[in-house]
Parts: sequence; structure tokens; C-alpha cells
Amino acid sequence: MTRIETNFSRRALLKAGGALVISVGAPVTFDLAHADEAGGAAAMSATVKPALTPDQLSSYIAVAADGTVAAYFGKMDMGHGIAVAIGQMVAEELDVPFRSVKVVMGDTATSVNQGGASGSTGIQEGGKQLRAAAAEARRVLVEMAVDRLGLPADQLQVADGVVSAKENAAKKVSYGELIGGRYFNVQLAWNGKIGNPLYAPGKAKPKDPKDYRVVGQPIKREDVAPRVFAQFDFITDIKVPGMVHGRMIRPKVAGAVPVNVDESSIEDIPGAKVVWNQGFLGVVADKEWDAIKASRQLKVEWSDAKPPFPAQAAIYDYIRNTPPRKKEAGGKTVGDVEAAFKNAARVIEAEYEWPFQSHASMGPACAVVDVKDDQVTIWTGSQKPHYTRDGVAALLGVPVDKVHAMWVPGPGSYGRNDAGDAAMDAALLSKSVGKPVRLQYMRDQATGWDPKGPASIHRARAALDASGKVIAYEFMSKGLPRVDVNSNESKPYDTLAGQLIGVPLKSGDGFAVPQESYGFENKYTYWETVPPLLDRGSPLRTSHLRDPVGPQIHFASESFMDEVAAALNMDSVAFRLQYVRDPRDIAVIKAAAEKAGWQTRPSPRKNLTGTKVSGRGFAYVQRGLTRVAIVAEVDVDRLSGKIWARKFTVAHDCGQIINPDGLRHAIEGNVVQGISRTLWEEVKFDNKNVTSIDCLTYPILDTTETPETIETVLIDHPEIEPSGAGEPATRPVAAAIANAVFDATGVRIRRVPFSPDNVKSALS
Amino acid sequence: MKQSYSLNVNGTVHKIEADEDMPLLYALRDDLGLNNPHFGCGLAQCGACTVHLDGRPIRSCITTISDVGDGRVVTLAGLGTPERPHPLQTAYIEEQVPQCGYCINGWIMTAAAFLRDNKKPSDEQIRSALEGLKCRCGTHMSILRAVKRAAAMMG
Ligand code: FES
Ligand code: FES
Repeated sequence: MTRIETNFSRRALLKAGGALVISVGAPVTFDLAHADEAGGAAAMSATVKPALTPDQLSSYIAVAADGTVAAYFGKMDMGHGIAVAIGQMVAEELDVPFRSVKVVMGDTATSVNQGGASGSTGIQEGGKQLRAAAAEARRVLVEMAVDRLGLPADQLQVADGVVSAKENAAKKVSYGELIGGRYFNVQLAWNGKIGNPLYAPGKAKPKDPKDYRVVGQPIKREDVAPRVFAQFDFITDIKVPGMVHGRMIRPKVAGAVPVNVDESSIEDIPGAKVVWNQGFLGVVADKEWDAIKASRQLKVEWSDAKPPFPAQAAIYDYIRNTPPRKKEAGGKTVGDVEAAFKNAARVIEAEYEWPFQSHASMGPACAVVDVKDDQVTIWTGSQKPHYTRDGVAALLGVPVDKVHAMWVPGPGSYGRNDAGDAAMDAALLSKSVGKPVRLQYMRDQATGWDPKGPASIHRARAALDASGKVIAYEFMSKGLPRVDVNSNESKPYDTLAGQLIGVPLKSGDGFAVPQESYGFENKYTYWETVPPLLDRGSPLRTSHLRDPVGPQIHFASESFMDEVAAALNMDSVAFRLQYVRDPRDIAVIKAAAEKAGWQTRPSPRKNLTGTKVSGRGFAYVQRGLTRVAIVAEVDVDRLSGKIWARKFTVAHDCGQIINPDGLRHAIEGNVVQGISRTLWEEVKFDNKNVTSIDCLTYPILDTTETPETIETVLIDHPEIEPSGAGEPATRPVAAAIANAVFDATGVRIRRVPFSPDNVKSALS
Repeated sequence: MKQSYSLNVNGTVHKIEADEDMPLLYALRDDLGLNNPHFGCGLAQCGACTVHLDGRPIRSCITTISDVGDGRVVTLAGLGTPERPHPLQTAYIEEQVPQCGYCINGWIMTAAAFLRDNKKPSDEQIRSALEGLKCRCGTHMSILRAVKRAAAMMG
């Protein structure tokens, strides 16, 4: 941990009557590391900034005596290099070297709640705020320099954190000299929101993009080397004095609760203790292996629960036939779809199916929680430590200001995985045993019991007139709700722990419709949800999995566009270009097609014989303000049913590009994970429980199946505010592959995953 | 029943008390406090726990402490340092491979043994040598680039 001790002169800089006040008091210390690994609350308490509220500039930016800048970020970097991008945006606005900015992330003691990692808004929302704060900090510093140097602002310039006279560079003062070690005390115009939409600009206007020197550069991550040299602590590596190890015990039949627990069955294991409260059952022991042994050895009698699930094969019928719990139109309804269908010369219809999917993070979630009488300390891999803090406070019934949560990078994170549940479970264990508890789940719990991406069906219809023009389009999503448990994990009812100790339930709801700009003259898109299969403590409870409900919806909608193009014997890119209206959408579509050397012709290709066949497929989507077009080139082995998604060409427009290197890596990761979800991933279950419980029963893509090439075309719009890139490129992958398989084989596969068995049976 | 074991890890001998069926992984992480390797599955399915035992990559999550004997264990921390990096470590940094990085240990330790024994491997050989490893973040493209880069460095 790097700690900066700040010394400053006690000369107060007060601007009479103005808003600009510098707090002067005892010397302050602020941490430049994300977490105080060993010291816990005591060490962190010296770092608490005055009034850590969203309307204070000091909540985002601080300058140390040596000119080092701390940028306090209430979101965090899940491995896409967001910390670098935020550092670039702050360095740019402040006119300091990139290397002098340290981004401090995800600690509730040093940052306000900017929503955590969420919805690909790290740069779009989080960066926007840090950019505004840094611009304001520069304005304030220049104002201070006006006083110090006795020159008006328009005669001053800033370079590398030094303000100097334009006419006489020797007349200068550094940021460190101006404010080093003291906190800004400047009020911002906060919009009153917390989480993703938090925005609190100052009076300053951020720079004109034409003056950028740091933004747009491919600066590398500094957190790669420590990981590679084993000098990096993940959440799983956190150890605190007096800590014991915990393990949870889950029922074999989902919904069953323990009715009898025989603690004597583990009495031979050193330090082993049972923690049991209604459905909540865990053990602790001094050593990790002993905790694992205790969890396996403990004799438990479970209630006789009725198996809660339908057979796996019946899941889509369940969704199809169950009356909707909720129904809503999405997107913009245009014209009169029903009337247009009545006049159609031809109607094309198709239905698509998508299974439950798991985060299946690289390691099971882990958390360390220390519940003391007067203070609760949480180390969590959760993407949303501020909400985790709120949730633990509510679960334990303690005031939020007595809870301190620190995010420590975990074993992968793609939304609301099992990390939030682990923190809540560890909190209950720690409270019960009166010691800090490190809890890690086992693999079967990580894959079997994490919140799942929902299963769904999607129905699309298009009405064509006699000339082949699309005169109406209707699209429906129907599925399990996207959030049985909210991704913010701040409410006990949104966590397994809360549900298992009987907290009243409040399931979330909602689904979504395609995001695109097809300008059909009559258009209606809507969604419906059906109730969860088991309402409490379910291993099939749903929540956000990377690009929540995006891959399934656009698998359907972009497969369907291909089906319509094929029915019209049209090239599928040409078909899209005929209807897509948004100029940025048109630009990504053209860019991907051009880069991939797309040959204009209808699908499927001619001459469909041969065992090994190849094809190309296209898909395009919007996600928020970002748009992506993608060409997939695949090889299909008709005998084995094996697909190799060999080459991808991705055109990506997320507005202003902050760091092209980070962006390229993010796109590649999206595409590879997207291929994995398309070809392999399906959570299996029987009527009692989830049966996908490890890497064999929930396979993901391996190196032999990795594409040969992923080409990216990054479309930069410096003049357009940056939008997200952490998820959008996942969205079109499944449809592009499906369309390529159709091109190669003439067979349309409408159900994911495209595993060899499924493909073989589809082809036969 | 706990017994005493001497473990040779990264050139240092450590004494620990453990059940004979305890996997090596827990000795490394819990007793010796190493922050590598990692627990991914505990089932020999992902590679996150890989270490070298007498130069061979093994899955420490299923190798019991009593099976280690006086074998020499090398973990990622023992493979190279910032001052004297293994070519794979250099290549990983150059290619900016990881997303979360939890899988790094398995890939580097497995690839290090493979590249030591297979000079100038083909793309296909690399892919099949690493087939049994997982990266949930999907950094496969940069992993393959880094392994090829390291292979070139190792001649
Ligand atoms: S943890 Fe050992 S192979 Fe997965
Ligand atoms: S980088 Fe996250 S699992 Fe590989």
C-alpha cells in the first residue's frame, strides 16, 4: 500500500465571499491503494475524507504535496483497464502527467456510490463524472494560482501540474504547492442521484477533444505485472488476524431446509462449528481444509421438499404456456401492426429459445467479513461494494455508517454473480461466531447456485407486401424475469442469505426488446415475464449476466432479419442497409462488411455438400449508445456437429475512444465469451436442482475452439460522449454464428447452445 | 489425524501439520500464505491451482500432501521475478493478457513446462497443449498471442 503523508503550510487560502474555501486542519493522509489489506478499519479510519458526499469535489479528486493526484472512483475495474481510462480522463482535464494520477476504486471509505461496475457505464457515467470533477479541480487550482502569482487566469497556462505565466515561464507554482495535502472544499452541482446516474459537475467545462493529448492513447495497464509475478492479492488472498474459514451447505433438493443438524458429527475437526438459522446452514473451522471437511462430514436431515422444477426439456413449454405475470411494450411502437399483417402478401414467422446460463466465474466467490460490536468490515469481490455495504447493514440491522466495504478484485465478474451472496453469508457467519470469517464457495455452489441469466423464448413475425417490402414487424420476448434478485445486492431479499433466513420476498421483474434502428413502417416490440419456478432460495433465481438479456434477444432478432433476407433471396447486409435508419448504425454495418470482404449474395451459399462446410454470417445491434456490427466465419463438421467459429470481424462505435488498446481487449473478451455462450452454455437441471455443477457439466470454450482471428474496426467519434464497451460486443455474437451456420448448411438453428449434439440433430 | 510434513516450495523447506489427504493447494495457500496458486474447481478441471512438482505441471487441488513427498514444488512466484522474468511473464505483460487474471497461474505454469519441452511449437500444438485450461473472461486470443511470443523468445 502506498501512503502519502501530506505536509502543508497552515496558510489558509480563503477567497472572500466566494465558494472557494480550502479546508485547513490537521495534516491528512490518503491512501493510494484500493484496500488496506491488513490494517482493517483502524488503519482506514485515518483516511476518511471530510463530508464524503457526492456534491463535494474532494469526494473525487485530491492532490498530495508532491503533486500526485488521487482520483476516487465509485466504480471499479473488473479487468478491462477502466482504471487506466479513468486515469487518462483525469490527467487530461487536470493537465498532469498520466503517471501522477492514482485511481482509488471501490472503497466505501474513500468514494461515493457511483453504482459500482454496472451496465458498461464505467466510462460513460463514471468517467463522465471524474472528467467533470477533474476539470473543476483544474479551474479551482488556476484560480488559486491567480492569487498566488498575481496574474489573471487568461495569462496563465498549465502543463504537467505546474501553473505558469504565459509570458514568463519562470513565474510558476505547482499544484502541490497550491493545495498539496489539503482537501478541496468546493461544492458541485449534484443531480441528487446516487449509483450509475450520479452526476455532479462544477463550473468548469471539460476540454475540447481537439486538445486531447492523453485521452485516446493506448496506455497499458499497470496491474498486469503484479498479477503475473504473483504479487497481487485477489479477494481470495485476503487474510485478517483471528480469521476463521467458512463453508456453506446447500440442499440437494432446492427449497429443502435443514430440520436436524448433528453438530457432534464434526466434533473431531479442530475449531469446527455449525451456524444454522432456518434455511441458512454453514460451518466454520480454523483451517480452510478443515472447514471443507466439516461441510462434507456434517450430518444434516433435510425437509421433504417437493421437487420444484419441471424437467429440463419442458422449460420452453413452461415459458410458452404460462400466463404472463407482466407485459410491456418496449421500444417505439409505429403504425398499426395488426392491420398491416391483415394486408400482407406473405408472412414470415419464427421462434427462438435461449437457456439459463451461469456466470461460472473462474473461481467461486469469496468474502471476508469481520462483524464487531461497533464496526463491520467487509472485503468483497462484489462489483458493487457500496450496495454490499448497504445490504450487510440491513441484514445485520446496523447503521450504514458503521459498515465499511472494500472491493478487492475477485475471480472474474460479469454482472451479479455469487460475490454479493458470499459477502452476506460471511456476514451472518461472522456475526454468529464473533470472529472475522473468510468464506469461499465450492465449485458446485459457484456454478450450481449463482444467480442465472434467464431462459427465454422469442417470437418474431414480418409482413411482406407483394413486392417483398417489409410492411410490418412484431417481436416478442417471453422469459423468466431478468432480475429475480436485483443486481445491486443491497437488499436482504435480493440475496440467498436473506431468502434463507425468511426475509419477505420481493422479486424484481422485467425483460427487454431488441435495440436497433430498422425503420419498418409498422412495428411493435414487447416483452412478457413468467413467475420464477421457485420463489425462495432458488438455484435458478435470475439476475444480471453480462449484457443482461441482450444475447438472447438479439440472437432471435438478428437471426430473424437473416431469415427474412433469405426468404427474399437477398444478401443479408443489403437487406439491413435497406431498412436501418441511424447513420452510425449504417456506418458500423458498412465498416464490418468492408473489413471482412463481405461478398454480396443471398444465404445459404450454393453447393451445400461435403462433410466440412463453411459459411459467413452477419449481425448488428445497438446497446445503449454503442453500436456493433459483426461478421462471423464458421466451419461446421456435419458428421460430428462441431462448429469452429474461426474468424470474427467486429466494427465498434462507442463514441469517443479513451484507450484503443483497452477497447480492443474488451471486444475480444466479449466475442470469445459470446462464442462460448452460443456454442456450449446451458445450465442443466432436473426436477430437484441444478445439475450443472462444475466445468464438465457446464463446459466453456477452450483453446482448440478459440478463433483464429478477431479483427476489430474501432470507429472513433471524439466529438460524441463515450458510451459503454464492456458488454455490447457480446450481444450480436450468437446471431452472427447462427447466420453463418445457416449460410454453411442451409439449416436454421433456433435454439442455443449449438453444442455438437444439438447441431448434429439439427442437421440430420 | 494430523501429521508433520516437510514441503520444498520455491527452494525453501517448510514444516507443516496436516491431514494426509489434504490437497497440496491448501498447504500452499493456507499454511504457507502464498497468493498463488488459486482455487478454481478443486476437481482438476480448470488449472487455476497448477504448480510444478519436480518440473511437471500438476493440479495441486487434487494432489494430496502425502503424495508430494520430498518433491520440489515451484509456484508462479518461483518461476520468475520482475528482475528475472520468465519469457511467459514478459509476454503476458507485453500482450496485456488478463482480464481478471485469476486464471493466469494455470496458463503460465502449464505453458512454461510445455515450452521448455517443445521448442518452436506449431499453433495447433500450443492449442492442444493448453486445451485443459479455463479462462472464463475469454482472454484466449491474447493468451495464444503471449504463448507464441514467449515461444519465439525461448527459441
Ligand atoms: S482448482 Fe485445481 S484444476 Fe481447478
Ligand atoms: S482473465 Fe479472468 S479467468 Fe482468465
